[in-house]
Amino acid sequence: MAGQHSEHIVGSSTPRKEGRDKVTGRARYIDDLSFPNMLYGATVRSRNPRGKIKKINFGPGIAWSEYVVVSAKDIPGKNYVALIENDQPCLADGAVNHPEEAILLLAHADRHALAKAVAAVEIEYEPLPAIFTIEESERGDKIIWGKDNTFKSYRIEKGDVDSVWAKADYIIEGEYFTGAQEQLYIETNGVIAAFDAEKGITIWGSLQCPYYVHKAMMALLGLPEDKVRVVQTETGGAFGGKEEYPSMIAGHAALLAMKSGQPVKIIYDRAEDMAATTKRHPSRTRHRTAVSKDGKILGGEIELVMDGGAYVTLSPVVLSRATIHAGGPYYWPSVRVRTRVVATNAPPHGAFRGFGAPQALFAIERHMDKIARTVGVSPAEIRRRNFLKQGETTITEQEIREPIDLGKMLDRALELAEYDAKKKRFAEQNKKATHKKGMGIAAFLHGAGFTGSGERYLASVVGVEGRADGGVRVLASSTEFGQGTNTVLCQIAAEALGLPYEDVTIAQPDTMNVPNSGPTVASRTAMVVGKLVASAALGLKQTLVGAGILHETCTADEFRAACRKYVAAHGEFRSLARYEAPEGIFWDDAKYRGEAYAAFAWAVYVAEVTVDLTTYSARVDDFVARQEIGRVMNPVLARGQILGGVAQGIGFALFEKVEWRDGRMANSQMTNYIMPTSADLPPIRVYFEELGNKHGAFGAKGIGELPMDGPAPAIVNAVEDALGIPLNRVPLMPEDIFEAVNASRAAEGEERPLAEAR
Amino acid sequence: MTKKAAAKREISLTVNGEAKTVRAYPMERLLDVLRQELGLTGTKEGCGEGECGACSVLMDGALIDSCLVPVGQAHRASVVTIEGVARNAEFHALQETFLECGGAQCGICTPGMILAAAHLLQEKPKPTMDEIREGLAGNFCRCTGYAQIVEAVAQAARRSAGA
Amino acid sequence: MRSDPADYEFVAPESLREAVELLAEHPGEWLPIAGGTDVMVQYAAGTLGARKLLSVWNLPELRRIEVQPGEVRIGASATYSEFRGHEVVAREFPLLARAASWTGGIANQNRGTLGGNIANASPAADSLPALLAYDADLILISARGERRVAYRDFHTGYKQMNLAADELIRAVCLPRKFAGYASYARKVGARNAQAISKVCIAALGRIEGGEIADVRIALGSVAPVPIRLNETERGLQGKRIDAATIALARKTAVAETRPIDDIRSTARYRAAVVSNLVGEFLERLASGETGGE
Repeated sequence: MAGQHSEHIVGSSTPRKEGRDKVTGRARYIDDLSFPNMLYGATVRSRNPRGKIKKINFGPGIAWSEYVVVSAKDIPGKNYVALIENDQPCLADGAVNHPEEAILLLAHADRHALAKAVAAVEIEYEPLPAIFTIEESERGDKIIWGKDNTFKSYRIEKGDVDSVWAKADYIIEGEYFTGAQEQLYIETNGVIAAFDAEKGITIWGSLQCPYYVHKAMMALLGLPEDKVRVVQTETGGAFGGKEEYPSMIAGHAALLAMKSGQPVKIIYDRAEDMAATTKRHPSRTRHRTAVSKDGKILGGEIELVMDGGAYVTLSPVVLSRATIHAGGPYYWPSVRVRTRVVATNAPPHGAFRGFGAPQALFAIERHMDKIARTVGVSPAEIRRRNFLKQGETTITEQEIREPIDLGKMLDRALELAEYDAKKKRFAEQNKKATHKKGMGIAAFLHGAGFTGSGERYLASVVGVEGRADGGVRVLASSTEFGQGTNTVLCQIAAEALGLPYEDVTIAQPDTMNVPNSGPTVASRTAMVVGKLVASAALGLKQTLVGAGILHETCTADEFRAACRKYVAAHGEFRSLARYEAPEGIFWDDAKYRGEAYAAFAWAVYVAEVTVDLTTYSARVDDFVARQEIGRVMNPVLARGQILGGVAQGIGFALFEKVEWRDGRMANSQMTNYIMPTSADLPPIRVYFEELGNKHGAFGAKGIGELPMDGPAPAIVNAVEDALGIPLNRVPLMPEDIFEAVNASRAAEGEERPLAEAR
Repeated sequence: MTKKAAAKREISLTVNGEAKTVRAYPMERLLDVLRQELGLTGTKEGCGEGECGACSVLMDGALIDSCLVPVGQAHRASVVTIEGVARNAEFHALQETFLECGGAQCGICTPGMILAAAHLLQEKPKPTMDEIREGLAGNFCRCTGYAQIVEAVAQAARRSAGA
Repeated sequence: MRSDPADYEFVAPESLREAVELLAEHPGEWLPIAGGTDVMVQYAAGTLGARKLLSVWNLPELRRIEVQPGEVRIGASATYSEFRGHEVVAREFPLLARAASWTGGIANQNRGTLGGNIANASPAADSLPALLAYDADLILISARGERRVAYRDFHTGYKQMNLAADELIRAVCLPRKFAGYASYARKVGARNAQAISKVCIAALGRIEGGEIADVRIALGSVAPVPIRLNETERGLQGKRIDAATIALARKTAVAETRPIDDIRSTARYRAAVVSNLVGEFLERLASGETGGE
């Protein structure tokens, strides 16, 4: 693919725009900032999963008059965190629906004076019956939300499913589970809020979507658009965990700032952040598939249910993505997909890289191996026979219009993984070994951008501004949090204008200064926002051409000279570009049918694992990640995204388990919630293919979330290959492998390998 | 104001080669003294429990987690933070290679990671890839999956050795 | 950070004498803090009961590692890095050096101390089984003088120890009598670094004439205190290692443990792993391999 493109900047590994500041410690994250007269804020949270608040006692030993205290009564606007359904209170008012729900806010000038005060607030509850699992919620004997605990449901029907069962040679069923996962950005949530009667409220914070916070503050504080300002500070990781949650913490800081008249900083410590904020939705998927004797999918039913926690927040959108990805990268002549997200009394679950797709794809990719085993063909072959091809349609009847050849991608991935040779060797070695080895495959797709009419609804706007020194500045609300937004958007602008990369800067996302380019989510930034950057850049150039001071074909020097001249005469000037939906895109929201995404990225991942039967732990020894992503915008950054996403996927599969106790995360410490260290990961070998994308800047598709989808099913497929025991749940802990091995040995009549523990 | 059990005391220490004196409660964490009293915000708090290494600094030449050190124990100690790294030519190589190899994404783990890498290269100027991974195992990164960090350290080692 | 530094008294005496004098004057009031890798975690979480801290971090008398003809004495405030990297300790007490290498990460090892770990008495502490296997003694010191206690008699129950209110741990003494022993150490944790153990084992064995002449098996995380498998060891003494011996040893080993379900793991899993590790140790002892993982 290299050398086929004429670009010089897009496609090269230009240095990270804000990199120097990061490696010298000069980058300023929210807790590095301090304002004169600033107070610190803290949150008093529910210890009950569900109940009525009867009494709030301010306990002895605290000089309460020194503290600012805010409750729901102090909310000037509406007591909700504006999002989709507006059912989530910013502060609990008389009732709580999950442990860690925010009830009161306290502020004090001495940061250390807060923990004692928080601990001294005693709240009396009248407990109400609470539910904690999908099954309890479905049972419907305790209704905690709406009429039947259901936040949202979707249904997709393609073809005539009911007629396939009679024709099937095999009917294969399976049930697959995924657990909650904590984003575990190394920088916890934090904000500073300051209020001024003239200017209104200003929020600085670690966040992904300044305009989401802006919208939420308007509603909460009853302020007009121009009296709310949100500024994103350098953000130390997000992964979706700072998509919607910051509106909550920002609201809290804002309320304290308004009441006290002083700036207020709230920084969560790790335990609070883990226990109180959003996590990946747990899921249960049931497959029932009609398969022909040569292993072709004839049709099937897929039922997927997610646990949404106590309030709606983003669940409908997470469910949407899970629904659309439920069929994997395969051709389904007919299918019925029924999905629901239900309420439980846990802190609401939210956005986390992948956003429903990892859950759905885990299920279908485990199920494909089951189909393979039942039919008697290899995992590779069953996939080959069912892969989507150009001209075929997805489960939402979106036609694949690009020459994607998944069979070939699979072949390449298997070759790189030395799959055949290893499978043969392991089969032999495993007969006698205490370390059993296996290989596993996952094939998948990931839709980039907002679903269906989502991008049209967002109506994103981007600006490019001419600077006095002749360079240009990108204006977008798209945020950098490690994934390379600053770098890639600057590369695009530079390429579009024929300027050196060094001549392009990007403005700090500040709602007072940048237009709303939409949220930094859904793997849309390079593809959608990037395209608008290119348009706006060209628009800027047109301003100079139209002013008669620049020719259409010009050098960088000529551009800069013209820009300087224009700014000298007229001041800094900008050009805006607004999203326009491509022609002929059809999406039916009611039937969930049509062009779900502007582009799909495609991938095949292969995992090699060892299971040590002394300790029952599984380890990944080698990992091949091969994907088609439209266009590699920046090779170092692109590879970094895949490496990091695969690492999180390995965590999701084998390490990261949330221990729930009555709706509360009990292992809310880095000591007990386990993410992989540098000593835990295998070599991860990354390969890219490029088919381009006419809807994306310079052919880009989305890349950020794709790598989250493949590792878990590839790894669990490999573990089953090693042990010959089906395992259908992630995270897959050594304790789970032990129980499965033990049960399998008992079932085979082997002597139990251990004496029962007392 | 409630009566305090302790009194602040004068703590003298060397930070990045400069003599500093702070007035602090001895049980203030070295991390907080660096960030607040000394205004050196490059060192970060990631977990407060000595797991993630975001707060790593060198104290008397040894890599330690500053969130676990009461400043009372840092009296007369010599501390190096990320702000001091740029001045040492050897360490500077790490900062360049982190940029070249993609070792920093969101950057929050980067100061601690660079200190840990600098400490490793002090102890082992020609580390193997496994030794690099072991040396960095107390510094968590959620963004990179570590590979480009390990490559950056290996590259810096080669550069320092004149390769 | 959930504690207020203003609420804590802190003294850092310049000598061991000063330290024990303070403890003599106010027995039970001052909590010794060495590298802080346990105390400071509790402090940050707001769960540290003590309000008065006595720093023993920089006392030169406690940092020394002394090599004597019959024993090696590791000062209570010697760090994991210091004794792990000590030539004699690494060569003659590999179980301890190995355990130190998998405790936390480098930064924790640069601050963690044996004295601190012993006094903190976590059932999951990585190095303590090694001390049991090596028949370590502790030297305890107070203003009243020194006394020597066998480490195996030191822990009397969960977080209870044979340590008077005015005493400090001064040193850990390791007898230099393990040349010719095969060693096997293994930690089973949730990840390869920065993990609290689910099960850890430190074992030694010596075969003479095809029979077990001496065997020592110590475990952590499977009882309220680190334990030696006394009954299992007795059963193995003088035996040849064969399938029957191993099977019996595995069964006896599990019966000697009291693993629990906790936030990290389950009792059933721990029991199964204990059985497997004891089996692996004996197999390796028989085949002449050493080390573990």
